[in-house]
Amino acid sequence: MTFLRATFFRSLYAILLLIAVLVLNFSMMHMAPGDVADTIAQSMGGADPEIMAQIRADYGLDQPFLIQLATYVGKVLNFDLGFSFFYNQPVVSLILERLPATLLLVLGAQLLALTLGVVLGVISARNPNGMTSHLVTGLALFGYAAPVFWTGILCLIAFSLHLGWFPTSGMRDVTVAGGGWAKLLDIAHHAVLPIITLCSVYLALYSRLCRTAMLEVLGSDYVRTAKAKGLSARQVVYKHALKNAVSPVITLAGLQFSAVISGAVLVEAVYSWPGLGTLAFQSIIARDTPTILGILFFSALVVIVGNLLTDIALRLVDPRVGGKQ
Amino acid sequence: MNTQKTPTPSTAQAQSPMGEAWRMFRRDHAAMAGLLVLMLVLIAGLAGPYVYSGDPFEMVWAPFTTPGTDGFVLGTDYLGRDLLVMLIHGARVSIAIGLSAAFLTVVIGITVGALAGFYRGWVEELLMRLTEFFQVLPTLLFSMVIVALFGASLPMITLAIGIVSWPPVARITRAEFMRIRELEYVTAARACGVSNVKIILQVILPNALPPIIVQAALMVGSAILFEAGLSFLGLTDPNVVSWGQIIGSNRQYILDSSYTVTIPGLAIFVTVLAISLVGDGLNDALNPKLRKR
Repeated sequence: MTFLRATFFRSLYAILLLIAVLVLNFSMMHMAPGDVADTIAQSMGGADPEIMAQIRADYGLDQPFLIQLATYVGKVLNFDLGFSFFYNQPVVSLILERLPATLLLVLGAQLLALTLGVVLGVISARNPNGMTSHLVTGLALFGYAAPVFWTGILCLIAFSLHLGWFPTSGMRDVTVAGGGWAKLLDIAHHAVLPIITLCSVYLALYSRLCRTAMLEVLGSDYVRTAKAKGLSARQVVYKHALKNAVSPVITLAGLQFSAVISGAVLVEAVYSWPGLGTLAFQSIIARDTPTILGILFFSALVVIVGNLLTDIALRLVDPRVGGKQ
Repeated sequence: MNTQKTPTPSTAQAQSPMGEAWRMFRRDHAAMAGLLVLMLVLIAGLAGPYVYSGDPFEMVWAPFTTPGTDGFVLGTDYLGRDLLVMLIHGARVSIAIGLSAAFLTVVIGITVGALAGFYRGWVEELLMRLTEFFQVLPTLLFSMVIVALFGASLPMITLAIGIVSWPPVARITRAEFMRIRELEYVTAARACGVSNVKIILQVILPNALPPIIVQAALMVGSAILFEAGLSFLGLTDPNVVSWGQIIGSNRQYILDSSYTVTIPGLAIFVTVLAISLVGDGLNDALNPKLRKR
């Protein structure tokens, strides 16, 4: 029951937070010099004041700021993010159209990083002076210090240009016809390098944290008890210790949600990956206000939902979490 | 997660805390190497333009001159600009943005964290909600929007980075303040009638600084990476050269010349790596509890 109540209040708070994000974003766009009418006029190659006034009236820009804001928040709460004049498409459908590509990239990278990170972390914790341990240290340093777009370009140079193993850009090859397996394979082939690039950032974080957590857990009393009752080292590590060592890693992975779209922007830019990051970048350059606002809102939504999910996942893995709250 | 124990009073040592920290730091070879590299980057940025002069925007030779030929140590880029001159000027931008953005981050973070950790109650509630709010914002995306909307000048980029980066600093500061404000010497200061402002600034803050300093050092690295990302995307002051921008503008030509991308990237990598090594060294030197490890 406390679990349900806590979840309810957290959700309520999340909605308030979302509205606050909306207000901030909208005010910021409002404060910036120039408005939608200017951008449209610019793309038309100039417009006379009458047409400008007409556009402003169409978009409700002649209304007072607070009314514009209230209209916008009301619309968003009805899942209407407005209409993009740049793409000539509702922003919601625009986002949903680009979402799968980014999801594939980000979830692929996260899963790969989590799996590899935990495996590397555990191996290096069991043998703190071994090769894997040094590898984890090296990875952690590299992952922090190397700009992700640079890593991406290095991968491109090595694996696409010189070795020719992977395509250089995009998500599909126009020469590959047909759907089904051929399409899937084609997408997977294109996704390898972007996923590895994005993974390099997360892997550094996870492997290092997992090693630290595992070292700490392996030194605790209950692990000694487990050893004392004659369990094999393998059982102690994977059945007893891992569960506790993994919970900080989950927390950290949850925190990365805030970087989901941000991280994707740079990787997508390197590989011309047709996802949300590319959409965000293009709309910012084109000053497509509704799309920019839509994406900012959507990423805040992802973060908040992600935090909720992390919270629930932690409660499931670790019964100590939530008892105190 | 933060299992913080109250510090055990160490046995008296006839040495100043800073002196001891420096002694610890000096023993850390990796951190010293990092410090050396940082010094070199700093010198390159400050003195470089006077030693190896040139206009980073000027076309001086044939495009894509490979490094080491025709007297160009690092070659030229796709517009025939001297890459070494560009790198030297880029170092200035990276250092300037890194330091100023980290400073801004730390100032906002300490202010919010100190007030929240010291006053508790509704002040804390309000400020921590504010912190949470800023953590929800998509960092890079949000600063991209700020820079694109309000103009790509260096102060605006600094501001854009600072605004999205301060929450971790605020959290650390708050945790330290909450721990320290319960200690006896703070109670003693309060009993002597010291004002709240003085307690915050002169009693608690100096003792809360070590973890904040470490975080600030890492912030410099993050800010450099952040600026590199923005300028890679072209969201940068067009009147200055920066490392990320060199990569961004040359990346279409990696087939002809990969060095125009690999070399500036290496500069960013080495600089940030050095900062992170120094940060680790500072962490060990300033947190005596961890020294046993």
